[in-house]
Amino acid sequence: MCGIIGMLNKDGKRIDGSLIAEGLSLMDERGNGQGAGYAAYGIYPDFKEYYALHVFLDNLKEAKVDVEQEIERWGYIVYSEEIPTSEKGTIEGEKIPYRYFFKPDPRKLLGREYNEQDAIVEMVMRINAKRSGALVFSSGKNMGIFKASAWPEDVARFYKIKKYKGYMWLGHNRYPTNTPGWWGGAHPFGLLDWSVVHNGEITSYGTNKRYVESFGYNCTMLTDTEVVTYLFDHLIRKHQLPLGLTGNALAPKFWNEIDALDPNVRDVQTALRLTYSAAAMNGPFAIVVANTNGFIALTDRIKLRPLVVGSKDKTVYVSSEEAAIRAMEPSLDRIYNPLAGEPVVHQLEGHAQ
Amino acid sequence: MNSNFIPTKYDVYVDPQRCRLCERCVENCSYGVFRRDRDRILTFPSNCAVCHRCISFCPADAITISRRVVQYRQHPLWDEEAREDIYNQARTGKVILGGMGNAKYYPNIFDRLVLDACQITSPSIDPLREPMETRVYLGKKPKQLKVSGEGNDVCLKTQLTPNLMLETPIMVAHMSYGAVSLNTQLSFARAVRELGTYMGSGEGGLHKALYPYKDNIIVQVASGRFGVKPSYLNRAAAIEIKAGQGAKPGIGGHLPGEKVNADISKTRMMPEGTDAISPAPHHDIYSIEDLAQLVRALKEATNWEKPVFVKIAAVHNAAAVAAGIARADADAVVVDGFRGGTGAAPKVLRDNVGIPIEAAIASIDEKLRKQGIRNEISIIASGGMRNSSDLTKAIALGADAVYVGTAALVAMGCRVCGKCYTGLCPWGIATQREDLVSRLDPERGALQVQNLLTAWTHELKELMGAAGINSIESLRGNRDRLRGYLLDENILDVLDVKTVGA
Repeated sequence: MCGIIGMLNKDGKRIDGSLIAEGLSLMDERGNGQGAGYAAYGIYPDFKEYYALHVFLDNLKEAKVDVEQEIERWGYIVYSEEIPTSEKGTIEGEKIPYRYFFKPDPRKLLGREYNEQDAIVEMVMRINAKRSGALVFSSGKNMGIFKASAWPEDVARFYKIKKYKGYMWLGHNRYPTNTPGWWGGAHPFGLLDWSVVHNGEITSYGTNKRYVESFGYNCTMLTDTEVVTYLFDHLIRKHQLPLGLTGNALAPKFWNEIDALDPNVRDVQTALRLTYSAAAMNGPFAIVVANTNGFIALTDRIKLRPLVVGSKDKTVYVSSEEAAIRAMEPSLDRIYNPLAGEPVVHQLEGHAQ
Repeated sequence: MNSNFIPTKYDVYVDPQRCRLCERCVENCSYGVFRRDRDRILTFPSNCAVCHRCISFCPADAITISRRVVQYRQHPLWDEEAREDIYNQARTGKVILGGMGNAKYYPNIFDRLVLDACQITSPSIDPLREPMETRVYLGKKPKQLKVSGEGNDVCLKTQLTPNLMLETPIMVAHMSYGAVSLNTQLSFARAVRELGTYMGSGEGGLHKALYPYKDNIIVQVASGRFGVKPSYLNRAAAIEIKAGQGAKPGIGGHLPGEKVNADISKTRMMPEGTDAISPAPHHDIYSIEDLAQLVRALKEATNWEKPVFVKIAAVHNAAAVAAGIARADADAVVVDGFRGGTGAAPKVLRDNVGIPIEAAIASIDEKLRKQGIRNEISIIASGGMRNSSDLTKAIALGADAVYVGTAALVAMGCRVCGKCYTGLCPWGIATQREDLVSRLDPERGALQVQNLLTAWTHELKELMGAAGINSIESLRGNRDRLRGYLLDENILDVLDVKTVGA
């Protein structure tokens, strides 16, 4: 059991993180204090041209030198600093959160078929696979992930989350079962500007993992959420599938539903299931996956994990529990339970302000 | 006296107190074990194949068959089998033939693999209350789907090649008309049509009586090319090129002339009463590029409407061969493990050549994934699947579907007596003798096969549900849901499976 939450202002209006922290903290029942985190979009307008790398460092000596050497093999660090935190020493198993604003340099990647985003993915995979005291947990532009092994309200305080302003926020409260409650295992998971919060346990992990690995992704974090991140990256960024169809690929409609569709739609859904059978996720899950343009929320095909969606004017809320949405916005225009496996897609209509 | 004498293996005893002298045993035994002598039944146990036909027809329950133990001096190396094989060969100078599959006591990997179930952190799924999908599509899949438009206006820009749709991942293996009776094939055909799955024709052509079932039949093209003609290829759901067989990797086939009656000669397009010899290799396949040509020729002959499968025996480099097959435009690779059955095979090959299906599936699936071509081809596994757990494990190791041969025969009464090559099968299965064939009622046979596959599908669904999986594609290659129990590290490595407790 975990708690997930998200909100998006479709006009791109930015609000600080205190609201999402309040909503998430209302669902403490769903976690056990071993992991919580937030993803925020639109928080680094001054550095929006650069990839913001959030890195957990074991120390500020070898680990930092190592990771900087690796990063500089791929491009330039334009600015770096320790991520400001408060109440040092209060959170268990503490790491040093550090951030780099980074620009890849095509000249340093000679001899490769250059694709900037692929280069970033490869760099992140390499650093994380090395396990040398540095873990990149956020690597998108104008967005960032903040997470630790603690209760949601403590993580919010620790990272001074209310000082960041974003047009979209995701949050997660963890009750770890498969892996210990370490900082890297907390959600959201991120790659490029993808971030994922996930409640559930993917019973198809072995199939999904082998599928993404055959396309060069490395699963290093011992958790199924990592694989979800790569699946989205693979289907949407690499294969250019529309968001809705990506949702259908990952939580496929049942064959008897597909068989009953109009021929055109039926053929698309059949082809989708055939092509992406190893990407389909089974077992109980509710996830929210975001990138710069918006988010998709999805549950498994028989909805073994809860998901509620609410809206008020141009703001959309999604959460494991209705109460958390109502805590963020007491006077909603609409609130409903999406159907099992129904992709809920909301995109930015304006530009981030 | 004969220095190559082999003691009789069984005692057949007819209890005179119970026997009613109805002579059903005499009538039913095609091996000549029983004879009526005035008011008693004489037995000739050395003829006995232990097929149980007599026992099942005796109304008085008067017949007992038991192992007759004739003590040899015990020796760990020169065991009974070693000595008896030598006596046999010293007498005949011939290759020893055996029916059914590998009869050596190799450790069985399936028996050392355990499946997973959900407890608390994720719920198991009750297949009686929730949908549980076992539908499988066999054939090529695109690596990437290209579409245009959004929502209801989405259009496919990627063209899919034909696939076979199975409602359950279990098919009935290829057993030719000739090796088995027409009633056997008819039983299979009715069962698979009812279940929404497929059967193999075997290499003996397709008898007219099977034409109505053509949409559920995969026709085989083997090295003898018996019965192969354009109408044969087109009268099928898919075509399978048989390059090898698990029970006898590296050699061809041989149907004795005695089995080639008028009907079989017509179906196979060969003279009556002559031996049907399938050569070891296809004489037009001496390398992988030749296979590619044949695959394309068959597709061309069928207007690119039929998937083409290629069947190989599970041998040491099966994975590399499978990758070659995938690149030769084939739609599925059928891999037949060293426990695969047969009507007749030289015992030395049957028992000593090839590798277990478990290792073959795992290595093929892995090789195809590593090369990024797993989507190019489906994997069909066969060879010694005894129950639903075997096939569930096979799928978890990476197979898309399985073929069952022996199990389907057993469902119709086969006792695995291994005397298929004599043509005297008293159950009407592996025989062409009309009186014996008529013992198998295709309707009843179909029902029994259908029952078996239905039961296995139910059990597969239970196993999937317990593991919290509600569609078969999430089981396929999901080796994280398997654990090895007392398997050594090397095998665990090949299977890419963790040990129990890990």
